[in-house]
Amino acid sequence: MKSRNYAAIAAADRIFLLVVYAAAVLFVLLVAMLFVELVHGSWPSIQAFKLKFLWTSEWNPVTGQFGALPLIYGTIVSSLIAIVLAGVVGILAAAYLAEFAPLWIARPLGFIIELLAAVPSVVFGLWGLFVLAPFVRNALGPFLQKTLGFLPIFQGTISGVGMLTAGLILALMVLPTVTAISREVIVAIGSDLREASMSLGATKWETVARVVLPASRVGIFGAIVLALGRALGETIATTMVIGNRPEIATSLFAPSYTLASVIANEFSEANGAVYISALIELGLLLFIVSFIVNAMARLLLWAVLRERH
Amino acid sequence: MSTAVTSDDAQAAAPLRVENLSAFYGQRCAVAGVTMAFRANAVTALMGPSGCGKTTILRCLNRIHEIAPGAYAVGQVLLDGEDVYDSNISVIELRRRVGMVFQRPNPFPTLSIAGNVVAGLNRQMSRSQKLEVAEKALRGAALWDEVKDKLQQPATALSGGQQQRLCIARALAVEPEVLLMDEPTSSLDPISTLSIEELMSALSDRFALVVVTHNMQQAARISDYSAFMLADEQGVGRLVEMDETAKIFTKPSDRRTEDYITGRFG
Amino acid sequence: MTAAEGVPSRDRVGVRHALSFAGTFATAACASIGAIALLLILGYVALQGIRAFNWAFLTQLPVPVGEPGGGVANGIVGTIVTVGLAVVIATPLGLLSGLFLALFGRGWFPEAVRFLSDVVSGIPSIAIGLFAYTLLVAPFRHFSAISASFAFALLMLPLILRTSEEAVRSVPRAIREGALALGLSEFASTMRIVLPAARPAIITGLLLAIARVTGETAPLLFTAFGSQFWELNPTQPMAQLPLQVFTYAISPYQSWHQQAWAGALLLILAVLVLNVMARLVLSPKGRR
Repeated sequence: MKSRNYAAIAAADRIFLLVVYAAAVLFVLLVAMLFVELVHGSWPSIQAFKLKFLWTSEWNPVTGQFGALPLIYGTIVSSLIAIVLAGVVGILAAAYLAEFAPLWIARPLGFIIELLAAVPSVVFGLWGLFVLAPFVRNALGPFLQKTLGFLPIFQGTISGVGMLTAGLILALMVLPTVTAISREVIVAIGSDLREASMSLGATKWETVARVVLPASRVGIFGAIVLALGRALGETIATTMVIGNRPEIATSLFAPSYTLASVIANEFSEANGAVYISALIELGLLLFIVSFIVNAMARLLLWAVLRERH
Repeated sequence: MSTAVTSDDAQAAAPLRVENLSAFYGQRCAVAGVTMAFRANAVTALMGPSGCGKTTILRCLNRIHEIAPGAYAVGQVLLDGEDVYDSNISVIELRRRVGMVFQRPNPFPTLSIAGNVVAGLNRQMSRSQKLEVAEKALRGAALWDEVKDKLQQPATALSGGQQQRLCIARALAVEPEVLLMDEPTSSLDPISTLSIEELMSALSDRFALVVVTHNMQQAARISDYSAFMLADEQGVGRLVEMDETAKIFTKPSDRRTEDYITGRFG
Repeated sequence: MTAAEGVPSRDRVGVRHALSFAGTFATAACASIGAIALLLILGYVALQGIRAFNWAFLTQLPVPVGEPGGGVANGIVGTIVTVGLAVVIATPLGLLSGLFLALFGRGWFPEAVRFLSDVVSGIPSIAIGLFAYTLLVAPFRHFSAISASFAFALLMLPLILRTSEEAVRSVPRAIREGALALGLSEFASTMRIVLPAARPAIITGLLLAIARVTGETAPLLFTAFGSQFWELNPTQPMAQLPLQVFTYAISPYQSWHQQAWAGALLLILAVLVLNVMARLVLSPKGRR
C-alpha cells in the first residue's frame, strides 16, 4: 500500500476533470458553430436581399426573387391554429389527468398521450395525407363551409391539403407537449390552495377552473410557448399536407408553405449560390426564432417548476 | 477554551492532532479554534448536542468536509506531525491513512460483498492477494463467518448491522492508521449496536479511533478519551473540554460539561 | 361583498354540481382526444401497413415502379448504420458533459450549459440538418451517411446530456462520499462506483435518445440523401427508411403508397420497442 504514486493519481484526476470540463465546452462550441455556419451560409442571400427578405412576398426560384413573407405567414398561421387547438384541448386534458381522473385512469392515459409524442413526423405526415386530408375534403371542410361559410377563412375550394389540415396535424403533434407539461405544472401547485377552496364549499370544477388553473397560468403559458416552438419548426408532416404553394391566401382551405417545408422541398435541387443561401437563410430564421421562443419557454417553466424541487 | 490533556509528550506523539482548526461553509463559520489530540490505540469520543460541530470536525480530519461546494477549513490537521492541509500530503494519501465509517451504512450498490471490501485496494494486486486482504479485513470487522460463503453476492443483501460491519471491513482493508466513525450505530438496532461497540473496543487495540456520538451513554461506554463540544451564541461550535473519559464523566472541569453529563440539556 | 352575497343560494347548488359534472366530462373528453388520435394513427398504420409487410419487403432492394416486389432492405440497414454511428458520436460527449453538470453543479457555466442544452433540444431538426450540410456535405461536394449521423448526434446530445446528469445526480451522495473517503481518486470513484450505479438510468436516456432520432426525416434530405442500392460506406449517400417512406408517400403511385404504410409500420414498431425497452431497463432492476 505504500508504493502508490500519489502524484500520478492526482495528475490523472486533474486530467479527468479537465476532460469532463472540455466536453461541456465542446458542446457549447458546437452550438456556437451551428449559429456561425448558418450565418455564413446565408451570407450571399443576406447581402443580396438584406432586410427586404423578410417582407418581400415573392418566392420564385426561377426568377431568382426570394422573399420570405409568404413562408413566414404560412408558418405563423399554421402554428397558431395548432397552439390554439392544442392549447384548449391540452390544458383541459392536463386538468383531467391531474385533478379529476382516478389514478388507474390517469397513469395509462397519460402514458398513451405521451406516446403520441414518440410517433415520427413522417408517420404523422403519411396519416395526415391519406386519412386526415380526405377527411377534411369530404367531411370537415364542407361542414365548416356550410355552417361558417360567411367567414372568409372558410371560403374557397377545399382540396384536402392546405393550411387547415396542416394546423390540425401540428395540433396533434404538439398536444402531448402541452398536456404533459401543463400536467406537471398543475401537479406542482401545492395542495393548500385546493383544500382551501374545497373547504369553502366550491365544487371540484370550480376549484380547478377558478383556483388551480389560474395559479398555474405562468407554467401553462410556458407549455404553450414550448409547443409553439415545436410547431414552428415542424417540417416533414407539414410539407406533406400543406400544399406547398408560396402564396398568402385568406382561406384556411388554401394551400400554403412554411419556412421549414420549403427548405425540405427545394434544398436538394437548389442550384446557384443565391438560391442555396436563401434557403439557408430560412434555416437561420428558424434557428433564431425557435431559440428565442424556447428560451422564453424555459425561463417561464424554470421559475415555476424549480420551486417544487 | 480548549483543555489540553496530560503531558505534552503524549500529545505530541499522538498520530492525529488538530491545531486551532476552524471550518467554514461559504461565509458561515461552523466550528472555530479547535485544538485536540487523538491518541493511538485508544477510542476518542466527540460528543455534544446537535449543531455543536462534532461531525464537522470529524469530516475535516480526512478533508471530506471540502466536498461540499464552498466549504473549507483553516488551521492545521497534523498526521504524524505533518500538516495535511499542506500540499505535501495528497488528499488521497490522507484518506488512505485516515479511514471513515459513515452514519448510515453505504455499501457500493453495484459491487459484491468481496468487491466492496477490496474497493479501496490497489488495482494491480493479484486476485489471491485481494482475497487474503478481504478475509483479514472481514475477520477484523467480525463479519467473516457470516459472509464467507456468499462473498460474491450483492452487498445490499445484507442486514443493516452487517452492512455497517462491511463498511468497517472496507475501511480496514486499506490499513489506515486512524479510523473515523460518524455516529456509526445511530441507524442500527440495539443488538447490532452492541456488536459494533464490541468491535470498536477490539479495533482500538490496533488503531486510533475517533467516534462522533450523540449518545453520551455510548461515549461513556466505549471511549478512553472524550471531547465535549458546544455551539456558542453565534452558532459557532467550540471545544469545551477534552479529557480521559472517566474523569469527564465523574469530575468534569467545566460547568457546561457537567450540565450536559447530568442531562440538564442536550 | 358581504358574506351573504358570497354564499351561493340553495337553488344555485344544483346548477353548480351539474356544471362540475360537465366540466369533468369535458376535460375527460379532451384527454381522450389525444388517446383516440394515437389509436387512430396506430390503427391505420397497422392495417394499411400489414398489407405490404412481407418478407420481400424486408429483404429486397427497391425496384422501379410497376415491377412487382421490391422492398426497403437497404433503408433498414442504412438507418441502423446511421443511427449507430450517431450513438458512437453522441454518447461519449453527452455522457461526459452530463458528468460535468453533475460534478460541477452550480455556477454560471454549468447553468449556461443546461440552458443551452434545453433550448437546443427545441431547434428544428431541419436547421441542424443544414448545419451538417454546410459542415460535412458542401466542403466534400457529396452526400454521406456520416453527415446524417452528425446531425442525429446533435439531436441526441441534449437528451443524453440531461439524462446522464440526472442519472449521476440520483446516485446517493453517501456513495460518492464513501468512495472518496476510501482514498479513491475522483476518476476511480466516478468510473468504478458512481457511474456503474447510474448505469440503468443512463441507458434509459440513451434508448430514449435513439427513439428520438429514429424516424427523423428532415435532416436526411440533404445529408444521407438516400440511395437505390446497397451501401455500407458511411462516406457515401445511403438509403434511409424514413426517407423512403417520405418519398413513396408523396409519389403518385399506389404500390409505393402501400410500401410507405409498411415502412411507417416498421418505424412505429421500432420506436415503440425502444420506448418499452427504456421503461423496462428501470423497472425490474429496481430503483435503489
